[in-house]
Amino acid sequence: MTATRTETEETVARTEKELLDAAEPVGSSRSERLSALVQQHGALAVLVIVSAVASLSFDSFATGDNLSNMATSSAFLAVVALGMTFVIITGGIDLSVGSLFALGGVLAAWGSQYGTLVALLLPMAVCGLIGVVNGLLIARSRLAPFIVTLAAMLGARGLMLSLTDEGANTYLVAKGSFLAELGQGTTLGLGNPVWITLALFVAGAVVLRRSRFGQHVYAVGGNEDAAALMGAPVARTKIIVYTLSGVLAGLAGALNAAWLASGVTILGNGMELEAISAVVIGGTLLTGGLGYVSGSLVGVLLLKVIQNVINQIGSLDSSYQQVVSGAFLAVVVIAQTWLGRRRQLL
Amino acid sequence: MAEAAIRPAALDRARVLQWMQTYGVYAGVAVLLVVNIAVTPHFLSAENFRTQAVQVAPVIIVALGMALAIGTEGIDLSVGAVMALAASVTALYLGYGLVPALLTVAVFAAVVGLANGALVAWVGVQPIVATLALMVGGRGIALVLLPQLKDLHNPALASLGSGDVLGIPYLIVIAAALALLVAFVIRRTTFGRQLLAIGDNRAAAKLAGLPVRRVLMLVYVACALLAAVAGVLATARLQASDPTSLGNLMELSAITAVVVGGTPLSGGRVNIAGTVAGAVLIQLLTATLIKHDLPPSWTQIAQAIVIVLAVYAARGRGKR
Repeated sequence: MTATRTETEETVARTEKELLDAAEPVGSSRSERLSALVQQHGALAVLVIVSAVASLSFDSFATGDNLSNMATSSAFLAVVALGMTFVIITGGIDLSVGSLFALGGVLAAWGSQYGTLVALLLPMAVCGLIGVVNGLLIARSRLAPFIVTLAAMLGARGLMLSLTDEGANTYLVAKGSFLAELGQGTTLGLGNPVWITLALFVAGAVVLRRSRFGQHVYAVGGNEDAAALMGAPVARTKIIVYTLSGVLAGLAGALNAAWLASGVTILGNGMELEAISAVVIGGTLLTGGLGYVSGSLVGVLLLKVIQNVINQIGSLDSSYQQVVSGAFLAVVVIAQTWLGRRRQLL
Repeated sequence: MAEAAIRPAALDRARVLQWMQTYGVYAGVAVLLVVNIAVTPHFLSAENFRTQAVQVAPVIIVALGMALAIGTEGIDLSVGAVMALAASVTALYLGYGLVPALLTVAVFAAVVGLANGALVAWVGVQPIVATLALMVGGRGIALVLLPQLKDLHNPALASLGSGDVLGIPYLIVIAAALALLVAFVIRRTTFGRQLLAIGDNRAAAKLAGLPVRRVLMLVYVACALLAAVAGVLATARLQASDPTSLGNLMELSAITAVVVGGTPLSGGRVNIAGTVAGAVLIQLLTATLIKHDLPPSWTQIAQAIVIVLAVYAARGRGKR
């Protein structure tokens, strides 16, 4: 602070400082570390607390049956959330996953008459193809991810309805087929879909953390222009994440159809919101560049535990679950924004 | 398009796209009108136009609010939930008379708008996430207040839904009046200019001393209030409060209307006439497919294609 400084200069300096404060909250490295810790593991802490309280309050919560049911019903959402995690880390969003989930289920149930391989590959291929189109429009034509995947959401649901005579026709998965066994059978007390989901999450975490592609995903989300200047294949990375999201949503739909033994056409409505909520609750920043696959799994489990607790209370209507989810999402987002080190300008 | 065909030298993609973005929606409406008048039986009747207009009125009203939010480079996903909330609250307070019920609806909507606005303006959350929370939670609250469909028997509400002035249904009169009001606010008021300035460049607007936070709060409150008006009108037309399904996917229809109407998602510009035409275009498209006995699923696919075409045409204009 020199005495010769004019008033104008001071104003400019103050404005700059305000802008810098807004962009980069100052804080000691200890509080930064604390923020990062809450960011990454906050959801896990809440999950442990909620589960502990629930198992003390309700006798029927911590039973093997209930936990196993919760795990299986979480599995399908978790697979969708896994793809969504990749998309959100690149700074994008995929609103089409709910429709792709429903489409995948219908295609799997229809395809099951030609064998399990067709039943699994067909939905992954079709939904993956829609994901490729999403990716091309977003990465090559530079359209907003939100609006492109919104259109895909409408289009995929329309396609699903036209395949099922406007939802009147429900294809069934043959009893005793390998596909039915894959969806309904159990291994070591847990449903097969749970094991498949866990395997996918391990693979997802390894890819994100240890592969060159994973590094590109973070780089594109952190700063797209910088990533491009450093030679990261920005467009290709984006196309791959939207394809991955489509494939996983289709697979989740196929597994769900195997579990239910039919391609139910009314599923998947609002699933994109659940998946986004789970990913955000799990500590992945919607601004991109920072996120954890494990966090998304915790986020899914937390949503399902809350749903289960509300069902356990019994007297509460299921619409309370929406209120709680919404409130929870708001709290998490506010906390994230305050904790986040990469705040938006202003 | 015709002009470009005559003069090959002018087949400049940017100009075609620009023309498409500004006038494409009107061309689309005109084409659909001509096609329908030519091939659809009973299309050219006062009865049919009245039905179509009454159906599109709530979409237009919601789209007006959405246009304001998009003009600030924001978005409001909670509009469908606000419609459901308006339906529930109307049903609960109708016993005290129509006016007290409507005032209560306005209070609820204003609270939702303030919450959205506070998250966007003060906390600094991206609009899509901030309003996502109330999109999920708002319908939950609506269902907690009124768990299922309830028939309403109120003469005042019924006349609001099905009455008319000089043969024009109230719904259409209200939608038209609100469209004119919003267009006036955007073009002729300080608030409108501030809104567009914020959408164009929020940091610059802040540095220029504009009341960024206040304007953003007001925009989200206005958006919620407009959605509530649409919810009340739809409820009045149905003569029943239906919080489970009223306003489902309305956010998509509204966003489509705004985007198809030539308002860029990147903010800084709002086209109200285009927004109204966008809502009419989607309504005509749906009606055309339904009247020719094509399955409803085709409507969704067609709407998806229209959205992509509209944003593709808008590509490259404004900021990326």
